[in-house]
Amino acid sequence: MFEIIDVIKKMEKFTHIVSTAVPLPIEDVDTDQIIPARFLKATTREGFGKNLFCDWRYNADGSPKSDFVLNNPTYSGKILVAGKNFGCGSSREHAAWALTDYGFKVVVSSFFADIFRGNALNNGLLPVQVSPAFLHEMFTAIEADPQTKFIVSLEHQTIAIPGTEREEQFDIDPFRKVCMLNGYDDIDFLLSLKDEIEQFEQGKEVLNEKAVA
Amino acid sequence: MSKTLFDKIWDAHVVKSVEGGQDVLYIDRHFIHEVTSPQAFDGLRQRNIPVFRTKNTVATADHNVPTLNQHLPINDPLGRFQVEKLTENCNEFGVDLYGLGHRWQGIVHVIGPELGITQPGMTIVCGDSHTSTHGAFGTIAFGIGTSQVEQVLASQCLLLKRPKRMRITVDGELAGGVVSKDIILYIISKLSAAGGTGYFVEYAGSAIRSLSMEARMTICNMSIEMGARGGLIAPDDTTFEYVRGREFAPQGADFEAAVAKWRTLFSDPDAVFDKEYHYKAEDIAPMVTYGTNPGMGIPVTASVPTAPAEGDSVASFEKSLGYMGFTPGEQILGKKISHVFIGSCTNSRIEDLRLAAKFVQGKQKAPHVSAMIVPGSKQVEAQAKAEGLDKIFTAAGFEFREPGCSACLGMNEDKVPAGEYCVSTSNRNFEGRQGPGARTILASPLTAVAAAVAGEIVDVRNN
Ligand code: SF4
Repeated sequence: MFEIIDVIKKMEKFTHIVSTAVPLPIEDVDTDQIIPARFLKATTREGFGKNLFCDWRYNADGSPKSDFVLNNPTYSGKILVAGKNFGCGSSREHAAWALTDYGFKVVVSSFFADIFRGNALNNGLLPVQVSPAFLHEMFTAIEADPQTKFIVSLEHQTIAIPGTEREEQFDIDPFRKVCMLNGYDDIDFLLSLKDEIEQFEQGKEVLNEKAVA
Repeated sequence: MSKTLFDKIWDAHVVKSVEGGQDVLYIDRHFIHEVTSPQAFDGLRQRNIPVFRTKNTVATADHNVPTLNQHLPINDPLGRFQVEKLTENCNEFGVDLYGLGHRWQGIVHVIGPELGITQPGMTIVCGDSHTSTHGAFGTIAFGIGTSQVEQVLASQCLLLKRPKRMRITVDGELAGGVVSKDIILYIISKLSAAGGTGYFVEYAGSAIRSLSMEARMTICNMSIEMGARGGLIAPDDTTFEYVRGREFAPQGADFEAAVAKWRTLFSDPDAVFDKEYHYKAEDIAPMVTYGTNPGMGIPVTASVPTAPAEGDSVASFEKSLGYMGFTPGEQILGKKISHVFIGSCTNSRIEDLRLAAKFVQGKQKAPHVSAMIVPGSKQVEAQAKAEGLDKIFTAAGFEFREPGCSACLGMNEDKVPAGEYCVSTSNRNFEGRQGPGARTILASPLTAVAAAVAGEIVDVRNN
């Protein structure tokens, strides 16, 4: 009854991306900003992109705020470049869904909150952590020319600013990298361990005998 | 070899280690709620697989529930649909649900401990960042995303990298009027909203040891607000006495045997932490936040800083103060407020309500303030009523509501209007957290209740 069937929501494969970027030079962008709680009532993963950064993006009457970067036609692309500690706060995976649904494939920051980083990786959204100096250079490059196309290679774990010699290496867990490159998600792997998990349960020193139910 | 408490528990739950540094970690208890679970159940359906261990899984409805007239259908159609979906999913997959109308319903992090489901030495997860609350019992408890909820439902395991270990020691005695919420707001103000990222924190020291379980939960609850994956406190007699006799706790001889094992759960004296911080309880005053993340906290007697904390940009600092309507250097004492919210998984337990009730007994809230008390669970609500606390609150002009997350997150009907100040015992002062444009000042239940009476921010030590 516990069979692994192969029809699963496999993530898209990710190898490299060449794209312009959207600058968001704000620190501590929390997941309540990325997608406010009142939009978490959906029971599917789709459609969150239209409410991405809702309270920064729209006025109370629903009209776009002209000073927010997503409403500025000068900036577009699959890469979001943001200030440090991006994705802090609530564990809502809806934040990653909103970013990917909007069309982002990469988020660059000098620091990511842990849960957000995991959620992003589980949804084919690559968090690229760069040094504060490199982040600054990216903002400067976008400001100088919003058409600047950055090159992100997951395979080589590099991000480069074209027209300059600047390239930086970024870290990614080797297991996560294989998953992203191949479009695997953890669940396939965990399901394949069923026997080992059951064995573990039998051998486990049971601290808490009584089950919930 | 000497081990930290964290490592003792982690090591006991590793099913296997995978190349590249990830561990397959076995999860003892999985709490689910209506907001972060529907997509995970859909995933199981698509794969045509069951919940692997229903007995390790418990559900409740909390984020989206109204706090008035819970016996009536939920007004908001989307919220109602999500809560109904949870019921359907739990029925279909055989998961126990303490949903609306159940005598055990409540905020997921309040009901786990009060039912004795949370016990020392466990690994506990939930699709909610404040799962760290359960660490107060000496558990590894942390929040996860929906993909991981699906993983745990499917396999009772998660694939994780072991975090680094941090210890925060608070020694000494707290001054009158200073409570555990002040300790954690103080710590986060020192470490910043990102200072704990990558770490799992152990709280130690005489000031922590002297706290009740409720107060310890408040501390562990907010570990995530400094970016830490979770926080835990070594279990001791206070812990065992709290767990004893609860619904799902081991009983009789089983309990004594469990306690004997739980007594081995502590960090060995020479265990090594990757980072250590030491604070003195005497240095801590009642705390309030002035900005839009929980790291932006100051003693209630201090003024709003004139410059950003080290490493933060001026632009973000100014954006934050602009949102809050504060000017640099402004005194926070005497600031007029119009809303007070006492509730959330941080401060909605019986002890919090007792503390607030004791303060307001015989007093009245200020006429321009709307003040709301939202118990964390049906059991807390019942206990409060049994002790007559609800009467004390209503006599003082407070609303005494039914349990749920309420105004903590601006998802259900309870919201703070745009531009207005709310002194809140919850855990997040993010922009819009309590409703679009709402301005949140985080504080202890004592500071909150004093603000409700005075109609402005006051130093509870003088009240
Ligand atoms: S009370 Fe607030 S922080 Fe706690 S679980 Fe509910 S929404 Fe999350």
